[in-house]
Amino acid sequence: MKNIKVLGSGCKNCETTAKLIAIAAEQAGVDIELEKVTDMAEILGFGVMSTPGVVVDGQVVHAGGLPGPDQVRQWVSSE
Amino acid sequence: MFDLFAQFIVYQLFGISSDSALGSSLHFFVMDVAKIFVLLIAIIYVMGLLRALLSPERVRQYVRNRPDWQARGMAVTLGAVTPFCSCSSVPLFIGFLEAGIPLGVTFSFLIASPMINEVAAVILVGILGWKLALLYIASGLVVAWFGGIAMQWFRAEQWVEAYVWKIQMGEAALATPDKSLKGRHQFALAEVKEILGRIWKWVLLGIGVGALFHGYIPNDWVSEHLAAGKWYEVPIAVILGIPLYSNATGIIPVAEAMLGKGVAVGTTLALMMSVAALSLPEMLILRKVIKWQALALFAAVLAVAFVMVGWLFNGLT
Repeated sequence: MKNIKVLGSGCKNCETTAKLIAIAAEQAGVDIELEKVTDMAEILGFGVMSTPGVVVDGQVVHAGGLPGPDQVRQWVSSE
Repeated sequence: MFDLFAQFIVYQLFGISSDSALGSSLHFFVMDVAKIFVLLIAIIYVMGLLRALLSPERVRQYVRNRPDWQARGMAVTLGAVTPFCSCSSVPLFIGFLEAGIPLGVTFSFLIASPMINEVAAVILVGILGWKLALLYIASGLVVAWFGGIAMQWFRAEQWVEAYVWKIQMGEAALATPDKSLKGRHQFALAEVKEILGRIWKWVLLGIGVGALFHGYIPNDWVSEHLAAGKWYEVPIAVILGIPLYSNATGIIPVAEAMLGKGVAVGTTLALMMSVAALSLPEMLILRKVIKWQALALFAAVLAVAFVMVGWLFNGLT
């Protein structure tokens, strides 16, 4: 199962990003583990300063701004 | 072109007289909405296509390990081309300090970034002309430069929350951007959507305020109360701007209406800067990383700087 983390201090864009991922996973019929990381030390630990950031299985795939729909679909798909 | 469009809509389609306050307000509103949004979409798209916008992570890489003046120069100029959501200012602040970037330089960046950006710059040129655009940008850069130095001079480090110094930042291999034309196009569209989604409210609000000011505030009232050449007009403009917040683009139509009614250039610039760069919500976000004393100092340094800019330009013109 994929583990996806959304990094962000709880701003609106971060919430929306988490929602987009959850919806995309449901549409793709993929089970994912979605985590919201709000702890600053942990967020910066990933090397991300611009939130929201997205981490898929330990790999930073996105930082800053809302991700595009294609991106989100790619994250949840099980290649 | 936009003028004709607005004239057609307001005076002909709705049949409102061009002499009435309502007519002149509406004309201002329709013209500015059309002009500013067309410009906004075009600039953001082109910037996205060129991938000309920098990420704060990249800026951190460039600025770290440089001598002070170089770091500051880069922070100020890169701040102008690095858009970031105010909700990112806390991680950004910590990330900069963690990289060993001096606190004063970090503040220079935090001052420059909301006040100046390439989008606002193009709209400034489009609405107020290149002379005022240059004045605004130049004074913004100068304020960011010296604002950061002032913070350093007061040793603001003592007011940084202790936990900030303990955070270790990881090195992330950021995904390499898709450089194909299709990738660029998609990125540019996403940028347009993201940035417009974030600022459209401020822009509409700004145009609305500008339109009301333009149509309903009598010239005599303005020349008596706002443009009488009194020394206290600038400080009042700055103080008024502190609780008011708008995006840098949103304040431009307000400035347009003020200048149109004969408010002095310095007073207008001071208000613009105060509204764009000094905002209560932004300050409260920074409270997570710095103590009240530093916040108060930050606000005071900026307010003084804006007043001086205002006085300077009022004195010159």
